[in-house]
Parts: sequence; structure tokens; C-alpha cells
Amino acid sequence: MNRGAILVIARLTLREAFRRRLLWALVGLTFLLVAVTGWLLGKAAELNPLQGGEQQLILSQLLVMIAFMFSFVLTMTAAFAASPAIGPEIENGLLLAVLARPVRRADVLLGRWLGLALVVVGYALAAGYLELAVARLMTGYVPVDPMVAPLYLAGESLILLTLALVFSTRIAPVASGSIAVVGFGLAWMGGIAGGIGDYLNNDSLRNAGTIAHLILPSDTLWRGAMFALEPPSDVLAAAGSQARIFTVSPFFAGTPPPLPWLAWCAVWVVATLAIGVLLLRRREL
Amino acid sequence: MAGSSTGDAGGASSPAPAIETRELRKQFGRIVALTGLTMTVRKGEVFGFLGPNGAGKTTAVKLLLGLSAPTAGEGQVLGAPLGDLATRQRIGYLPELFRYQGWMTAREVLALHCELARLPRSSWPAGIDEALELVGLADRSNDRVATFSKGMQQRLGLGVALLGQPDLVVLDEPTSALDPVGRQDVRAIIGALRARGATVFLNSHLLTEVERVCDRVAIVDRGRVVAELGMAELLRESGVRILVTGLPDARAIAGPFGQTRLDGEWLAVDSIADEAVPALVARLVARGGAVHAVVPTRHTLEERFLSLLGTAPDAAAPGDAEPRP
Repeated sequence: MNRGAILVIARLTLREAFRRRLLWALVGLTFLLVAVTGWLLGKAAELNPLQGGEQQLILSQLLVMIAFMFSFVLTMTAAFAASPAIGPEIENGLLLAVLARPVRRADVLLGRWLGLALVVVGYALAAGYLELAVARLMTGYVPVDPMVAPLYLAGESLILLTLALVFSTRIAPVASGSIAVVGFGLAWMGGIAGGIGDYLNNDSLRNAGTIAHLILPSDTLWRGAMFALEPPSDVLAAAGSQARIFTVSPFFAGTPPPLPWLAWCAVWVVATLAIGVLLLRRREL
Repeated sequence: MAGSSTGDAGGASSPAPAIETRELRKQFGRIVALTGLTMTVRKGEVFGFLGPNGAGKTTAVKLLLGLSAPTAGEGQVLGAPLGDLATRQRIGYLPELFRYQGWMTAREVLALHCELARLPRSSWPAGIDEALELVGLADRSNDRVATFSKGMQQRLGLGVALLGQPDLVVLDEPTSALDPVGRQDVRAIIGALRARGATVFLNSHLLTEVERVCDRVAIVDRGRVVAELGMAELLRESGVRILVTGLPDARAIAGPFGQTRLDGEWLAVDSIADEAVPALVARLVARGGAVHAVVPTRHTLEERFLSLLGTAPDAAAPGDAEPRP
């Protein structure tokens, strides 16, 4: 591995992202989205005559759903930024000139990953904190851990980015992007199945959730984001039976992700990148 | 700039060749792209690598540059094993399938390659200006590559290959997108590289171009080198065509002078030394023949190429090449 070459490729990837209009279009859309959702949250806080815990629960659910929309946009952005990052550059010859330099294939893959990760994580954090700030301004609602929620969303997008990038070493961009998006959906469904398994004490459903989280741990981080956006536990306790209805919602996480599962997310990214390096090394140019 | 060798043009006695391969083989699944490539490229020479479509030329180039791993065999480039990372600093490469970042300007692409080649930063501005000037893109240096024609992109690729004064420049079909002026420029650039002592490995199917610039050529067919020969040796082989009448046995008379054949009324004599031509004409006249015209002929690379590949309708004399097993 050559740190210098990785950084050169990462910087190249960043410059490319900033030079192209796509990123700026996304930034523009994000401001629009934040404005619209901020207005919506304000209206919900203003018109809803409900008081105390129940209002907070409703606001938290609205915020979680907005976060879900963000996570989907992030996933799509990550998947479709990463899926054409390697394969087409091999096919059109762009990488031939690069790899004839003192640059390893691993440097290209890791540099691409680093550059795209900085773009996606930067976007996730900026958009996430902006949305939370606007939500707080419009509603006064303070979730349990507002600073951590965008970090979880950024982590979730990194998982999908890694998946799409590794697939892009071997398959066509549309296919690898689609696989990442479908994977995101399946992992989310797996997480819901696991949640229902927990609630009903059903081992089969619980195991399905565990397996989904092992194969693609994006939902682990999504659940962390949901938990961080929920009201503090004393508010939930005060809401009493009214809170119960929310606890069975697919947009509710009772606990933050345990540390071993967060560690698994990191291991998964490293292992998947290692597989990507092997796949790229074996590919004929 | 990276260290440029002083070179030893034409130095057959050079101890370490620029490129040496032994039975290099490449297989893609069941398809054998290279059967067993054995060749030697001397330091400081311009070496032409010729062959019909599908002969394995581009595959061989990729193996030499470490872009692809051989299935079997071995080789060295600039004294290091194939694929050696540090050696790539001393190699410039223009791929057949050339493509550069369309969103960058020509100057930015060159700067990127300076950085990838790990050239000292202080050498970049002068190196980039020199490359732009050499390939005729100085006035378009700040334009985006996406706005370039195919030919201009190939010129840019040539500029990229020249950065850092590499010891070995590998050009894979470098004139495929160029107009006649561009081709002339490429010939001049190759000449300048030779003068500097750099080794040039030229993969081309344009035989007249190869004939003009190369010191030696290898002809590859079906994944194997069928001949390695020097251009000087090839061009030395002269012949003569004589329009002679009134002499039915003219061919027999000319027999001792070279290899003969009749082409209508013309008597063609191959492999005849220039100084023997007056003696031949004198003998034909002495035996009663009327000589109307004497036209010197010369083998072209194309004739040799076709004869070696067995596709020439009138193959040149065998035995003067060095066919490889």
C-alpha cells in the first residue's frame, strides 16, 4: 500500500466531485428539503394542540421519518457515486495510464474510497446538523442525542458506499448501484424483522435480523440514528401507555446499537475493502 | 526530473537490455493471447513491435508495464522484474486506448501524472510546459480535455508519456488518431527521444511509420515473435528490375547474380549487390540481349512483414530473417 498514491487518488476524487455539477445540485436540493421539512415540523409543533410527552413523541417520529428520507438520499448518493468509480475507468482506458505509474491497484481502490467517503460523510454531517438545527429552531424539540444522529447516518452511507465500490470493480455501474440500494432495503427489512422478533420473542425473526445485520450492517447504524433522534427516556416514561404504540413502530429503536455491533460495522468495512482489493487485483485490464 | 540515462544508441554490446522477455505467456481462460514471447530490446534503440490484429501486441505491452500478470515465463524491464513499482517511475506510456480525465485541463492532467510519477514538485512547471510544447498543445493547455478532439487527446497522452524524461517510452499505436502533420510530429518526438538516449518501444501497424523511425523490429504472429531484424539490414537488401528483350534465357544468365524471377518482360533479380549490377547488364548485352531499362528495387518492411506472415503473393527470399522456434 502506498499512502502517497492513495492520497493523490483521494484528492483527485474530491476535486472531481466538486468540479461536477451533481454535488452542487444535491446541495441545492438539500437546502430546499431542509426548508420544506423545517416548515412542516414548525406547523406540526404549532398546530398540534397536544402537550408534553405525546407531542414530543410525534415530533420525534416526524424527525425520524425525515432522517429516513435523508438516509435514503444518502444511500442513493453513495451508491451511485461509487458504482461507476472503478469499472468504467478500466473499460474506457482511464486507469491504464494511472496504473502504469508507481501506483498499485489497491491504492486506486482505497483512494477512491477515501475521496468518496469524505464527500458522502461531509454531506451527511452538514445536511444532518443543518436539519437538526432547523428542527430545533422551529419546534424546540431536543432529541436524546442530536450530535450523534448524523454520525450514524454518515456511517450508514459509508457501508453502502463500500458495497457499491467493491461491486464496481467487477460489475456494471447500474448493477452495482442497484445492488447497494436493494441491499439497503433488505437490511432495513431484516432489521424490522429482528425488531418484531424481539418484541414477540420469536427466535426465527430475531435470527433473520441478526443475519441481516451481519451481512450488511447498515441497519445497525440506522437504528442508532433513530435512537439518537427519539425523546429522552424520562419523556418516554412520562408518556406511559401512549409511548407503547410507538415502540412497535418500524421507526422506533428501543436501545442504541451495542458496541460489538458498532465494531462489526468497522470490521465489515475493512473486510469488504480487502475483498475489493483482491477482486480488482485479479481483474484483467 | 527523473534520472534519464545517457543511453547507448545501437549499443549491441550493452550488458543490460532495456527489455528482455523469455517465453512470456498469457492466457485468458482458454484463449491464449501470447504463446511464448521471447525478445530483446537494446537500450537506446527505437524498437518496432509489429504484428497483425490479434497477434497479442497490446497484451505484450500490458505485461511489460505490469498492467497484467503473465501466466508463465519471465522478463525484465530496465533491469527489474516485470511489474516492479519503482521502475515505473522511469517509464512513459501512451496506451492504445487513451483516455484522460475530461473534467480536467490538459495542464492539470499533466500535473496529476507528475504527481503519480513522483517527480519532484519543483520540476513540474518546466516539465509540463515542455511536454505541452512538444506535442503542440501549448495554446490549449488550460482547456478542458473533454473539449479536445480525439487527435488532441492522443497528443496529450503522448505528452503524459514524455513527462519526467523517462528512460523507456512505450507507445501503443501512437498515431492512430493523428493527421499527417501529427504523425510527422510523432516521428520528430521519437527522433528526439532517440537522440536523448531513451529507449522507445513502438507498437504500431503502420509499417511505413515503423520503417521510418525504428532501428529494429520484431514481428509477432499468433502470440510469438517470428522475426527480429534490424532496419538497416532490411533496407540493405536491394534488387534490380531489368527490361530486356531478345534473350529467352535471360533468367538463366542472371542466375549467378541473385534470385531471379520473370515479371512479364521484366527480369527481377533480388539480393544482388549494387556493384554487381553493371556486370550483369554487360553480360546480358554481350549475350545479345537488348536492355531497355534498369530499375533498382528495394524491399519494404511491408513486403518482409507479409512474407513472414505467409500472406505475400510473391514472397521474398527465405532464410535472410531469423525465424524463431
